[in-house]
Amino acid sequence: MTLAPGIEIEGLEKSFGGQPVLRGLDLTIGPGELMVVIGRSGGGKSVLLRQILGLVRPDAGRIAIAGQDITRLRGRALDRVRERFGVVFQGGALFDSMTVLENVLFPIREKSRLPLARLLPRAQHALAQVALADMGHKYPAEVSGGMRKRVAIARALVTEPQVVFLDEPTTGLDPVLVNSIHHLILTLHRTFEFTAVMVSHEIPEIFAIANRVAVLHEGRIRQVGTPAEIEGSSDPVVRAFINGEVEADLR
Amino acid sequence: MLLGLLQWVGQLALTTLGAMGRFGVFLGQTLFWMLVPPFKLRRALERVSFIGARSMSIILLTGAFTGMVLGLQGMLLLRRVGSEAFVGPLVALSLVRELGPVLSALMVTGRAGSAVAAEIGVMRITEQIDALTVMALNPMRYLAVPTLVAGIVALPILGWVFDVVGIFGGYLVTVKLFDLSPGTYLGQIQTYLTATDLWVGFWKSLTFGVVIAWVACYKGFYVGHGAEGVGRATTEAVVLASVLIFVLDYVLGSVLP
Repeated sequence: MTLAPGIEIEGLEKSFGGQPVLRGLDLTIGPGELMVVIGRSGGGKSVLLRQILGLVRPDAGRIAIAGQDITRLRGRALDRVRERFGVVFQGGALFDSMTVLENVLFPIREKSRLPLARLLPRAQHALAQVALADMGHKYPAEVSGGMRKRVAIARALVTEPQVVFLDEPTTGLDPVLVNSIHHLILTLHRTFEFTAVMVSHEIPEIFAIANRVAVLHEGRIRQVGTPAEIEGSSDPVVRAFINGEVEADLR
Repeated sequence: MLLGLLQWVGQLALTTLGAMGRFGVFLGQTLFWMLVPPFKLRRALERVSFIGARSMSIILLTGAFTGMVLGLQGMLLLRRVGSEAFVGPLVALSLVRELGPVLSALMVTGRAGSAVAAEIGVMRITEQIDALTVMALNPMRYLAVPTLVAGIVALPILGWVFDVVGIFGGYLVTVKLFDLSPGTYLGQIQTYLTATDLWVGFWKSLTFGVVIAWVACYKGFYVGHGAEGVGRATTEAVVLASVLIFVLDYVLGSVLP
């Protein structure tokens, strides 16, 4: 039985400079579910994620996490919700002035009153989980793109979050690395039973790990369902998108 | 046509006022978080080292030559009116009240202010600031407050170092080159340089320290897009901080005794 909260998004709207990006988006993510959001580049997937994280305020709508509408929270109250989050940013967002180990240690060191000697094994364990135990002394600029993504995953998980957000965690990696990171995410998800929201372009690879898939199209969720339902969708837009048809991109 | 012009002026005024408001609020927030624990002492010390200690060599160099040129020009000028004896106070007062605070602040702006703006700007565009925010760690507390503390601590010290080295530079030129007696040079400084002058220099340096940290952090936090945005933020930080230093130097010069 998972302790992770669910997320309910209702009527989310957001425009930038008069250009609507989200036009009344509804999506419910169950507790402990691994939901993958797919959709065209520039279609608002990252904006959706940034709104759930409270980095961007929506123009309208609500985002409830464990029943609490976070769009109305500010300051300390919002931080208390964020303390349950782990986030893997698109580029990793590792602190480049710190070593890999310091990066992973940072969130727990800043939040905990425990001595360093107690926290260090936790950070090292998190690095070992992503198979980077011997890379702790290196700086982010000294490791490969795939390793940076894994460090970002270790840093996101070291605080034992209940909700994990992954913004295109495999973009720019070769197919072998994509599969190994997907496998890693799946293993960690099964182990820790967190709720996960992942934005991805990796079709059809993500169908192997997602519990459910949501297709974002023109600012709304076009279809949400199990990977099998999405793959077998009769919706022409969804079909065109997952098959990578050119007309879908030109529309 | 007229309506379009009015609209354009109005839009410009709104944008400018909005930016100025945001700029002011940024300083207010930084000052607020500076007073609220927990304090990031280690970060602040790192910043003091970066802004203060690592600016020392450039301050020593520029301070020495400023003092030397003041000694040289002062000597040539005062010799015409037969008042060489006053070259010491001329050098010392120019340095302590004006050139020490202003030139040290300009050097720090160029060296550390630009670097701080670029560093924070890169952190913004690579989502490192967002990462801090979603870790429920206040980026103001981690980035802006330590820089402001460093500006407040380092600039007065750098200003004084600039003064001392400059006075010594003036001594070298006037005493060793122009054969002025050391007693005249230093004795006249002792007579004419008062504690008030030192305080004026201190308040100026302190203000400039705040300005450099404020502008550099603000430009970094509100950086535009990509590498070009970071480049522009760095330039704007140096230009704005330098202009503000000159403006505030005049304002403080007329307000302080």
